[in-house]
Amino acid sequence: MQKKMMYSFPDDVLEHVFSFIQSDKDRNAVSAVCKLWYEIERWCRRKVFIGNCYAVSPRVVIKRFPEVRSIELKGKPHFADFNLVPDGWGGYVLPWIVEMAGAYPCLEEIRLKRMVVTDESLELIAKSFKNFKVLVLFSCEGFSTDGLAAIAAGCKNLRELDLRESEVDDLSGHWLTHFPETCTSLVSLNISCLGSDEVSFSALERLVGRCPNLKSLRLNRAVTLDKIANILRRAPQLVDFGTGNYASELPPDVLLNLAGAFSSCKELKSLSGFWDVVPAYLPALYSVCSRLTSLNLSYATIQNPEIIKLVSRCPSLQRLLVLDYIEDSGLEALASSCKDLQELRVFPSDPFGGEPHVSLTEQGLVTVSLGCPKLQSILYFCHRMTNAALVTIAQSCPNLTRFRLCIIEPKTADYLTLEPLDVGFGAIVEHCKDLRRLSLSGLLTDRVFEYIGTYAKKLEMLSVAFAGDSDLGLHHVLFGCESLRKLEIRDCPFGDKALLANAAKLETMRSLWMSSCTVSFGACKLLGQKMPRLNVEVIDETEPPDSRPESCPVEKFYIYRSVSGPRFDKPPFVWTMDEEGKIMH
Amino acid sequence: MANVLGAHDLNFKETELCLGLPGGVGGNEVDSSQKTTGKRSFSETVYLKLNLQAKETGMDLNKNLENGSKEKPVSTKDPAKPLAKAQVVGWPPVRSYRKNVMAGNKNTGEENEKASSAVFVKVSMDGAPYLRKVDLKMYKSYQELSDALAKMFSSFTMGNYGSQGMIDFMNESKLMDLLNSSDYMPTYEDEDGDWMLVGDVPWQMFVDSCKRLRIMKGSEAIGLAPKAMEKCKSRG
Repeated sequence: MQKKMMYSFPDDVLEHVFSFIQSDKDRNAVSAVCKLWYEIERWCRRKVFIGNCYAVSPRVVIKRFPEVRSIELKGKPHFADFNLVPDGWGGYVLPWIVEMAGAYPCLEEIRLKRMVVTDESLELIAKSFKNFKVLVLFSCEGFSTDGLAAIAAGCKNLRELDLRESEVDDLSGHWLTHFPETCTSLVSLNISCLGSDEVSFSALERLVGRCPNLKSLRLNRAVTLDKIANILRRAPQLVDFGTGNYASELPPDVLLNLAGAFSSCKELKSLSGFWDVVPAYLPALYSVCSRLTSLNLSYATIQNPEIIKLVSRCPSLQRLLVLDYIEDSGLEALASSCKDLQELRVFPSDPFGGEPHVSLTEQGLVTVSLGCPKLQSILYFCHRMTNAALVTIAQSCPNLTRFRLCIIEPKTADYLTLEPLDVGFGAIVEHCKDLRRLSLSGLLTDRVFEYIGTYAKKLEMLSVAFAGDSDLGLHHVLFGCESLRKLEIRDCPFGDKALLANAAKLETMRSLWMSSCTVSFGACKLLGQKMPRLNVEVIDETEPPDSRPESCPVEKFYIYRSVSGPRFDKPPFVWTMDEEGKIMH
Repeated sequence: MANVLGAHDLNFKETELCLGLPGGVGGNEVDSSQKTTGKRSFSETVYLKLNLQAKETGMDLNKNLENGSKEKPVSTKDPAKPLAKAQVVGWPPVRSYRKNVMAGNKNTGEENEKASSAVFVKVSMDGAPYLRKVDLKMYKSYQELSDALAKMFSSFTMGNYGSQGMIDFMNESKLMDLLNSSDYMPTYEDEDGDWMLVGDVPWQMFVDSCKRLRIMKGSEAIGLAPKAMEKCKSRG
């Protein structure tokens, strides 16, 4: 029986309504209402985000969403950033580009994170998508300046080329000259990751000069201080600027010229770069400081009082990235000057040094939390912490959505009470009800996981290292964290029990990484057998895991949900546990 | 959350899962040698290569950690002995990109030098089906490199590098002992394209000239010894 609803709209009206719905979550909800809405929605979805490139095959995506204009893909597990994932693991984008070249001729945007991108992929992009506009390669590798030349030459309407923190093979410095003189469309160019001599400066200057809509420009280290003024004068409309090399021994009038160039940029709100910075040139920035909302000094080896002088002039600052040279005193200045601060990241200047050589302690973070109640995101490397400090931070900043604390020495206790930091982190999850991301460190028992499981209901990503006493810890997290999507664990005494008891939970998550724990090969096999919608991949670089007893712990494994079954591009050291209990290779 | 496998379904005897605690060995394991249990608890990742030193000095560093001792490991100030604490892989969690940039920052003031990015070299090991890459700038000595390689290719151990961290090439019999004692020997391709034994030059010189690493069987590496000694002599 066909019911025609009194209030149903024609398809194109529905489509128009859906076009206002941007978030993936909402779009997914819309498509679940009924078959009709599913059909309409899938034909008008323009943007797809795939958090794990192995969760689904390109063909399946293309089949469901035939008219996509923008795609975002992520490849390697997050711990690849810290060299825990061996080279050659995977995350190749080429198969995606090949499929999309045929299916999505109107594709405009590709955003990739932690993927392997070859020159061949870049050449294919340049050739296949006539209206290509945006290429963001975040933390990618595998390509050279040849591939960039192809993009520059082939993409006539390129708006964004952002290579942030990628690893690029330097073959020739002249790829920039491949942007045709007719290219005037650039809005954003980030080449900060390129090594020396990879940029033809005159080509860069001309390119900047002819792109009136250029809002974001991040230069690389090869661009020296004396050249920055020229660039800025050609692009006074810049909103975001990454300086190149900020060191020099130039005549004093250069400083004046530079100051003038900066002050002519009335829209400038965000600064970064500052490699090799020489403090004498910092005053050139003073004219823009009052407008700055974002400042990244995390590669600048300046110390106090220069940092304090700079930061005190930035009352509008919302985002600060800085090295631990800022010390507690600098954080105090920050707390009193920057009341709008939302994000703070303090990186270690000497992470492997052992003994702290800067006076940055838990006190600095406490001071900032007390002075800046709008804080939402914290990343903090330090050498010591107390429960009391964490409780204060938690109570002062209830709006925290991301809290990552790294106490450099593993298993460091509260230095005053010598107790574990369970109570401190417990306070964080209890008071910060919107917490989405948490990284733990210090001495922690199973108790902290009990707190997390009890309170952290919105937590989506959890990173754990050198913590916990038993499987109970892992169980608390898997059982209690309802919103958990990504869990990564290293060097914890978590074994089979909690994992197997919560196997169904894994299908509700994007991925689980565990390394140097005590999960056995047998448990991995069992999971692979019983959970067909999970890919259970064991990583072992020494020998096949089944050459040892099943009770032996695996070195590393990565479990992720997938609708497309095991992948075919595995390297020799990755083994998939499949449904028949075989290990596939 | 309903559990699919359920606690009841897990008859541990049937599945023969071992629930041994870290640092200890599960009940049903016969062979407790380090290789087959493959344990990688924190104490082991850090002290993997240092059991040698520990035995020499009579300390049992592993025991300290297993007892939950909160003492920091003893770090000897004696320059002849390496520090008792080796670097744990991937900790603290600082991204390689940042590490490379910071390494470059330490060389400020030298204006015309080429960019001090990381020195990545490929490492292959005879018999291993995969290549790895290491950033030589991450290490300050041959011992640190040795520790890192040992973790990557854990079936090989490098010989004793002596107090300066260099092989004594002038002493032929010592060299032959070294080559005959280890199963594998690290070798490297230098800027001239020659394959040399790792450890023949001071560390910094090695970092500057090393293009690739290859971990060869000791018996093959012996063939390189005469050339290595010759080059060493010619350097004076």
